[in-house]
Amino acid sequence: MNSQVAEREMTSMTSQRTGQPVTRNEQVGHDLSVRVRDLSLWYGEHQALHNVNIDIYQKNVTALIGPSGCGKSTFLRCLNRMNDLIRNVRIQGRVEMDGRDVNEPKMDEVALRRRVGMVFQKPNPFPKSIFENVAYAPRMHDLVSRKADQDELVERSLRDAGLWEEVKDKLHQPGTSLSGGQQQRLCIARAIAVQPDVILMDEPTSALDPISTATIEDLMDKLKKQFTIVTVTHNMQQAARVADYTAFFHLGEIIEYNDTKTMFSNPHTKKAEDYITGRFG
Amino acid sequence: MSHSFDEISAQLKRRHRKSARLKWMSMASLGIALLFLVVFFADMLNKGLPAFQQAYVQVEVDYNEDAETMGRAALDPEIASLVSRSFERLIPGMIRDDADLLGTTETRWVLTNSQVDQYLKGHRNELSDDEKAAIDERVEDGQVDMKFNTTFFSQGDSKMAERAGIMAAAVGTIMTMLVTLAVSFPIGVMTAIYLEEFAPDNRFTQAIEININNLAAIPSILFGLLGLAVFINFFGVPRSSPLVGGLTLALMTLPVIIISTRAALRSVPDSIRQGAFAVGCSRWQVVRDHVLPLALPGIMTGSIIGLAQAMGETAPLIIVGMVAFIPDVSASFTEAATVLPAQVFTWAGEPERAFVEKTAGGILVLLAVLIFMNATAVMLRKKFERRW
Ligand SMILES: Nc1ncnc2c1ncn2[C@@H]1O[C@H](COP(=O)(O)OP(=O)(O)O)[C@@H](O)[C@H]1O
Ligand SMILES: [Mg+2]
Repeated sequence: MNSQVAEREMTSMTSQRTGQPVTRNEQVGHDLSVRVRDLSLWYGEHQALHNVNIDIYQKNVTALIGPSGCGKSTFLRCLNRMNDLIRNVRIQGRVEMDGRDVNEPKMDEVALRRRVGMVFQKPNPFPKSIFENVAYAPRMHDLVSRKADQDELVERSLRDAGLWEEVKDKLHQPGTSLSGGQQQRLCIARAIAVQPDVILMDEPTSALDPISTATIEDLMDKLKKQFTIVTVTHNMQQAARVADYTAFFHLGEIIEYNDTKTMFSNPHTKKAEDYITGRFG
Repeated sequence: MSHSFDEISAQLKRRHRKSARLKWMSMASLGIALLFLVVFFADMLNKGLPAFQQAYVQVEVDYNEDAETMGRAALDPEIASLVSRSFERLIPGMIRDDADLLGTTETRWVLTNSQVDQYLKGHRNELSDDEKAAIDERVEDGQVDMKFNTTFFSQGDSKMAERAGIMAAAVGTIMTMLVTLAVSFPIGVMTAIYLEEFAPDNRFTQAIEININNLAAIPSILFGLLGLAVFINFFGVPRSSPLVGGLTLALMTLPVIIISTRAALRSVPDSIRQGAFAVGCSRWQVVRDHVLPLALPGIMTGSIIGLAQAMGETAPLIIVGMVAFIPDVSASFTEAATVLPAQVFTWAGEPERAFVEKTAGGILVLLAVLIFMNATAVMLRKKFERRW
């Protein structure tokens, strides 16, 4: 039954890559990037997500907030199928990109992850050189063949990640020799080097000092011109500062999803208001 | 109610006493262990070092026609009783190989027989008092002397102790280990990679895992029986050959390599795998490009230790016929061969006194190699140790 639905929707929705229109948030003119419908997820017997519905818009920052353990990371991992790596996970519902369900059998998770990159909570550069960290994935995906193209791509990615000036003289030192904030920007450079559509960030600044945090927040603001960013954050101010849309998760459900201004000035639900004002969480 | 420092100290006293006692007991255990080690090494060195020296005698070799059939004829009869028979037996061949030699004489240093050697080393021997006096005289004259025993390293086994060496066994060990490594390393590493990185976590893989762990604890002689049944009787691999020995030891080494490789793979932090998956690596790319390079030192360390274990193994090789009298270096993997520990075992069974030092000498060489291998393993581990 599911696959029939998939067929039908695939023909009714057309790819943004082919230039044809996709669903828009008509009020503000934002195009849809990822549409999630009735998404539920179980770790064994434990249900971590309950009927999540959300439309994520292109070239915007969407922040996921909520008390810890409410399923933010789990949800984020649904978008690039990183949950596949966890045993005993069962997923129901649809996560659509370009009208295709990312969980459908025909979907290649490698192809999906090329289009949906990820940055983790703890910076995890490969224990290789700074250059290799960035060049590895594009080379693997055959995005560059000539050495010059590769050098150029590495420079561009590092520039976009705001790291180039700091590392241009030591590209062949190990990525792990950088400071925490630099490492995280290296991970961002690594993610954007394959030109994804979406970048997922799971509490990207929670392991960083305030200055590095501010740098990354500025960076997110710049990157959203090119990429759709979905970020998890524990920090209300951060969400308010960087996000265009904010989703409030609680016990595996989205309680409220709104544009950030409304969410923080005039939340529609009592729970979200309590959380935002620090009454729980 | 709060307590003063003195009250608390009084309570703590007993605890401190206990921990002090425990500390002394463990240090005493360590001391005893070290003592055993020192005694063992001292004994081995004491017995084995003489094997690296051998008595040589200076003789006039007269390559006459009689010597072409009976080597003894080339030597002064008085001195011939001191010379190793192994040298006498070489003379006819030397004349046959080099026609110019006939009719010439030559002064050279040759091996004495083991009786002379043992006498000079102060061990029990069967020489008469006259013979001893004659030897003493020649020692005075500098015609009999102890020299570094190259024969021990350049020759295979011999029934004549002065001629017996470890060369054939050393080559046999190298060939056997090559087979063991060639078989157990790739199979072990691939198995571990499969189990650790690819296999689903189900009853079947759990059963395999338990069995592999048990395999490492099986008495090694059983692997010999298995090797006999499977490789020799079923597949018809030649008995006593480095091939069958290597295969048998590979069975034994396999679980060690699998277990250590899995440990090495597991020590690679998951965040690396996550990062690699997130940029779109396939499972194999994650393993090949990211996990394996980091796990390699650990894998090498485990493999070296597994190999060192196999190298010291004798029991399974007895069963597949590698404990044998092998005078010549084997030229191929299917010819009869022996290995160092088996050679030591063979010598240990020889009744002649001169073989005692050969036995200990062989053990010293084996120990030196094993210590070298283990040191390499430790160094590898130290050098590439990483903190995450
Ligand atoms: N790998 C896992 N296996 C089992 N349960 C998990 C796993 N990861 C997360 N969970 C559970 O799912 C729920 C949501 O976790 P998570 O998505 O990490 O929350 P958040 O990121 O919002 O803190 C929690 O109850 C957590 O215990
Ligand atoms: Mg989380």
